Amino acid sequence: MSTLTAPRTFAQKAIERASGESGLAPGQIVDAFPDVYMSHTASWRCIRTLERMGVSTLYDPDRVAMVMDHISPAMNAKTAGDHRLCREFADRMGIKNFYDVNAGIAHIVLMENGLIRPGQFVIGTDSHSTIYGALGAFGTGVGFSEITAAWVTGKLWVKVPESVRVEIDGELPVGSYAKDVMLKLIGDLGADGLTYCSAEFGGSYVRSRSVSERMTFCNLAMEMGAKNAYVAPDETTRAYLADEAGVGADGYEVLLPDAGAEYRDTVVLDGSTLTPKIAVPHTVDNVVDVDEVSGTRLDQVFIGSCANAKYDDLEIAADVLKGHKVAHGVRLVVTPASSAVMAKASRTGVLATLVEAGAMITNAGCGACAGNGGAMADGEATLSTANRNFQGRMGSYDSRIYLSSPATAAASAITGVITNPAEVMG
Amino acid sequence: MRFEGKCWIFGDNVPTDRLVKPQYVFEPVEVMARHVLEDLDPDFPLNVAPGDIVVAGRHFGQSSGRAIATKALQGTGIGCVVAESFARTFYRNCFEVGLPALEVPGVTALAGAGDVLRADLTTGAVTNTRTGATASGAPADRFLVEMLEAGGLIALAAGRPELFGGARAR
Repeated sequence: MSTLTAPRTFAQKAIERASGESGLAPGQIVDAFPDVYMSHTASWRCIRTLERMGVSTLYDPDRVAMVMDHISPAMNAKTAGDHRLCREFADRMGIKNFYDVNAGIAHIVLMENGLIRPGQFVIGTDSHSTIYGALGAFGTGVGFSEITAAWVTGKLWVKVPESVRVEIDGELPVGSYAKDVMLKLIGDLGADGLTYCSAEFGGSYVRSRSVSERMTFCNLAMEMGAKNAYVAPDETTRAYLADEAGVGADGYEVLLPDAGAEYRDTVVLDGSTLTPKIAVPHTVDNVVDVDEVSGTRLDQVFIGSCANAKYDDLEIAADVLKGHKVAHGVRLVVTPASSAVMAKASRTGVLATLVEAGAMITNAGCGACAGNGGAMADGEATLSTANRNFQGRMGSYDSRIYLSSPATAAASAITGVITNPAEVMG
Repeated sequence: MRFEGKCWIFGDNVPTDRLVKPQYVFEPVEVMARHVLEDLDPDFPLNVAPGDIVVAGRHFGQSSGRAIATKALQGTGIGCVVAESFARTFYRNCFEVGLPALEVPGVTALAGAGDVLRADLTTGAVTNTRTGATASGAPADRFLVEMLEAGGLIALAAGRPELFGGARAR
């Protein structure tokens, strides 16, 4: 059906580039050669598997990226040993892109350090690897053994996905943010609304947003089952890569979808009608207006995760919290996404504002989102800026997780109950 | 690649967090298997028998792409898992660990709890042996069946050294 001249989606172009094939149609399975293989704290599993295979050389150590993010610093002797195994393996194999327990969340660290570039095909041992679409790369999650296989063979099987356009136009009202847009979409389309699909985000709202907000879009596309997500690289992308990640325009190849490419569906959202949203226990697609559950008592507020703990997220929270105090009896845990985010927030005074309001700042990393610290007791409730609220993910199986934007989280930390940020922001 | 066994039925969008509850993720596979899906059906881990078939609704195995979820299911000795659709990381992980998985739209409608189903990975067909009802999905790709026959991705790789000795392809 497809020919070389047929209009193609981003996903078709990215997989054709990575596989060397042409004329690929959705549903076809090919071997792709990823540009980056990301593995996080559980890299030790990949190393043990490699040892069992009796293999001692890697296809290309420069494509390996390891980040010790999920359990950092080590919580016991076992995890300390796992970290050491990874550290020593990286040294022995000449893996330059090893980021230790101080670095932060893998996805954010890799983008800040120029490892993720437009047009690349990136695999990671984390389902939220869809986030790399924020820079116009094809990112997708795979299993640990698959990463091991890619270390050795340089390739991995991949099915060409169908694509869906998600067009978001308009300006958001005060109090609503990128997270609210995504919660709205997840609630409308459902947890399996984009299963197996490549989600291409566009529209005037998306084009006007920062790379950080694009990360929030692409990260949360996973919660609709997307295989990957994508925002077309533009001047914003170019500037981020040049100024933040140290990558010049000659260091990548931008892939844009063709006009007339075939899409399974187009989803349209008018941002100007949006209101702050919240996912209520125990599924991410269980989304309501914040106002519907306002007044719900909270025990903890967590501002962290690859979805919403970047610099602008912390800044928004600090703006809301400035001059206020966290409510008595509520723990506000803030976990910056990366050490670079933490350093910047330190320089600009954002950290001081948060601490003065009563927040507890932890080291950069996945933190409570990965169940590492910030646990809940039986019957407690947390409002979190993360991307998942399945039962038991943060401590007791008999606790509840709500998901919101950093603004809603900060406003609720002040009152101690779920609160529409527009009320605090005036 | 054919399977026949008593079926256990689960709903839509079951997350890996509910296949293996977070308090068991650092336990050995045998322990995880003794608790797999207990939250949705307490009888399942207690009474599942080798060769049984797990039937699930849409988007089975969503959330974190933890291969331990597939390993825990495999640890019960089930023959295969048939779902209306899978979360893609879960589907990949099934083949990675060597657990047969088949996607068959309409499977939940034809299966009643405790019915004996017959499933064929190479044709994509599922039959309820009690009612005779059948449904079909896309058969698993040939190389994925090869991966299952080898016992998973790493076992396949170990038995196919030519996959590992080649020069860089580009």
